[in-house]
Amino acid sequence: MFSVNFAIIFPFIIAALVPFLYRRIKFVHIGWFVMLVPITLFILLARLIPSVASGKTFFHTYNWIPSLDINFTTYLDGLSMIFGLLITGVGSLVILYSIFYLSTKESLQHFYSYLLLFMGAMLGVVFSDNLMVLYVFWELTSVSSFLLIAFWNHRKASRQGAQKAMLITVSGGVAMLVGFIMLHTMTGTFSVREIVLSIRDFTDHTLFLPTMILVLLGAFTKSAQFPFHIWLPDAMEAPTPVSAYLHSATMVKAGIYLVARFTPVFGGDQVWFWSVSVIGMMTMFWGSFNAVRQPDLKALLAYSTISQLGLIMSLLGLGSIALNIGYSADSIIYTQATFAALFHLINHSTFKGALFMVVGIVDHELGTRDIRRLGGLFTLMPFTFTIAVIGGLSMAGLPPFNGFLSKEMFFAATVQISNADVFSLQTFGVIFPIVAWIASIFTFVYCLIFIIKTFLGPAQPEKLDKPIHEAPVGMLISPLILCAFVVGIFFFPDLLGKYILQPSMASVYPTFGDPKELTPSIYAWHGFNAELMMTIGVIVIGALLYNQLKKWKPVYGLFSQKYTFNMLYNSMLSSTEKGSTIVTKGYMTGFLRDYLVYIFVFFIVTVGGFLFYSGAFSIDISTDASIRVYEAILVGVMAVAAVAMLFAKSRITATLLNGVLGYSIAIFFVIFRAPDLALTQLVVESVTTALFLLCFYFLPEWKRETSSSKTKLTNAIVSIGVGVVVMLVAFSVLNYEKFETISRYFENAYELAGGANIVNAILGDFRGFDTMLEVVVLFIAGLGIFTMIKLRAKKEDADIEN
Amino acid sequence: MRINDVILRTVTKIVVFIILTFGVYLFLSGHNTPGGGFIGGLVLASAFVLLYLSSDIESVQKSLPLDFKMVAAFGVLLATSTGFGSLLLGVPFLSQTFAYFDLPIFGKTELTTVTIFEAGVALAVVGVVVTIILSISEDE
Repeated sequence: MFSVNFAIIFPFIIAALVPFLYRRIKFVHIGWFVMLVPITLFILLARLIPSVASGKTFFHTYNWIPSLDINFTTYLDGLSMIFGLLITGVGSLVILYSIFYLSTKESLQHFYSYLLLFMGAMLGVVFSDNLMVLYVFWELTSVSSFLLIAFWNHRKASRQGAQKAMLITVSGGVAMLVGFIMLHTMTGTFSVREIVLSIRDFTDHTLFLPTMILVLLGAFTKSAQFPFHIWLPDAMEAPTPVSAYLHSATMVKAGIYLVARFTPVFGGDQVWFWSVSVIGMMTMFWGSFNAVRQPDLKALLAYSTISQLGLIMSLLGLGSIALNIGYSADSIIYTQATFAALFHLINHSTFKGALFMVVGIVDHELGTRDIRRLGGLFTLMPFTFTIAVIGGLSMAGLPPFNGFLSKEMFFAATVQISNADVFSLQTFGVIFPIVAWIASIFTFVYCLIFIIKTFLGPAQPEKLDKPIHEAPVGMLISPLILCAFVVGIFFFPDLLGKYILQPSMASVYPTFGDPKELTPSIYAWHGFNAELMMTIGVIVIGALLYNQLKKWKPVYGLFSQKYTFNMLYNSMLSSTEKGSTIVTKGYMTGFLRDYLVYIFVFFIVTVGGFLFYSGAFSIDISTDASIRVYEAILVGVMAVAAVAMLFAKSRITATLLNGVLGYSIAIFFVIFRAPDLALTQLVVESVTTALFLLCFYFLPEWKRETSSSKTKLTNAIVSIGVGVVVMLVAFSVLNYEKFETISRYFENAYELAGGANIVNAILGDFRGFDTMLEVVVLFIAGLGIFTMIKLRAKKEDADIEN
Repeated sequence: MRINDVILRTVTKIVVFIILTFGVYLFLSGHNTPGGGFIGGLVLASAFVLLYLSSDIESVQKSLPLDFKMVAAFGVLLATSTGFGSLLLGVPFLSQTFAYFDLPIFGKTELTTVTIFEAGVALAVVGVVVTIILSISEDE
């Protein structure tokens, strides 16, 4: 059987191979090969649609680190199916589009590696059941998004946009991680499915509310919700295929996914309801309001995406109320908000993907996306114009396009919620339809701006660097396919409802019985009711506002340029930088001896302090073996060598005396019958001595240092302190019994690991994880030394970038 | 001034092979008797360091064209990929296993997956130690 785990790993494997393929394949655009990955995965997933639609779920676990409850568990249900299809489907179209968008002169191997990395990570987010694994993939999407935004990294704006997106989404991600750990503390599991089953026992837990807020922070930052939306417009510095894919169709919807996934966990709580729906509404309004004033087409679409994400988010919030009321005939009506959310999620990906591709075409063919320089393109770019009209009107919520259906359902849900009699909605509920309506008016206005200012009106060829011409066929295929979906979904919405949306309703409302009841039939025509009136109102007022745009546009000037969220972000960033510089300069003196003092003082305070605090210093020498003569002699030799080192006149002498210490310890190991340690000590000592001698070759003569009495005193105190602590630890370690004994390892090593050498059995098998990470650290340290010495900037090339 | 190091060179020629053999022996015997990947790797590394000490870097590089950074990287890759190998077989990450086989010459022999992991450790140690010493000594 096709395992979902494979679907996640596959893009990663290909991402690793792309650079090698790229070097080999010169005769054809590498994108054609990369495109096979999402197409394959899409077909594999699509074959599972019927079984998922019939209520089946696919669950598969690879034990990863079972001792920490971290397993690579995938769970394919209705909700993850929607996202899986979007990621692979839109992914295929975007790659097809990018083949014509990016010329072979760009560093395509990087581009496609990052894109596949993102695809795998995003599939990992939606298919993972284990929260820790989900978190890893979540942050990987941020990292790959960073790399893709900064793809044209010679531009300053690209780098800054990438940094901003990274900082905001990763901080949200870290908050979410803390939330996940709290969930584990409460429920004792990292599995979302198990948490959903057991969370009802923990709703009164003190951690419940903080957990919810932290998880929401992760979702809001990722999905660019107010006031974290500021990263999305800056992320538009990425190549347009990336914007179409990551920043409208998939990655920004990860937050939506998280909220939908956690609705059965937190939904039904008042805080969840208000924060998700109100933040969503605010985002929707603020995004659409700001989109109107953008002169840059891509920025307009960015704000429009923010607004639409807010719409979907608020619908999920509204739908969560059904869980508070509980499963009954009355509460079914509220689940329709969630249904609308998932429906609009798909619709948004289709029309917004097409619109981004239109902007890409305009930018690519004409060299600008500024609406002040565009106009009258429709005669010369008829196909692009058609796509823009279909996408734009769908976004505005007009028939016969899919946006109309979900927009109507959205209005219906907001009207419905103001009639609910929980959470004091009787009083405050009325704000939902009002805000939704106002925001939709602005949505209508910017859709008109997008279509009319770009394609209608007088052409301005004198302001363009290139002659107006239609895009190559290849760039038109993907948006045309998306447009086919935009129209197709309008005429056959129930097909989507039955096969895709119905099973995902079962994921969001697992306790609500038959998902068929939760799936309404979608009608384009449903009589003259409130939502149709609202749509007509939107069209009339929107058209009026567009007509009078010049008269009311100065409104935007009223907003202060000083107190924006962007300024807040910038000032926070620069003040953090300043603060950390001051702190760092305070202790990084550049003198090795100071750093050694820090390290040793830290050692004395933590190790000595902990042992003292826990009462471990109990010295009992009555059970120790008696001291033999040669042991005493060895100790005497070591003591003499140690003291003599202080008075050594040259570095060589000191090194040799240090060697005496090291080899004597090796002899001690021999006496105490620890051949492994003795061997290791001998070889380490030899290699380090060679290393020391090598280093001394480059060092100046050893001169007597004249240091102040204060330094001398500090040094004396620190060195005596370290000596005393080490000695005390050595004496009391025999009687310390606070830790679990590890003897069970070496008693059974031969049966468990098949090795008689218990040291190696522990290193390679029982604690193999530690050893593996140690090897990695060793390697990194080696590379660090190599780069520090070999690749450091020479004094003369001072302008080296760092 | 040229140091007369004929003795060192002559001795090195023989001793290096003894040390290398000893290193391999330590590595292989580590499962049941003292030795293992780390110590085996260190001994091998010290053999290489001795080679570099007795003759100059260029001539060693000519007869032993190894990039020790790559050796280290390969070792790390080997050690970590054994962990993923166990995932492919459906057992937890980094699970190790062993079995006894009857081989033609060696008779009853124990083969373990730890050996692969330890080989990675050994290669990483050799690579890192030699890289560090070489890069410090080559510094101008």
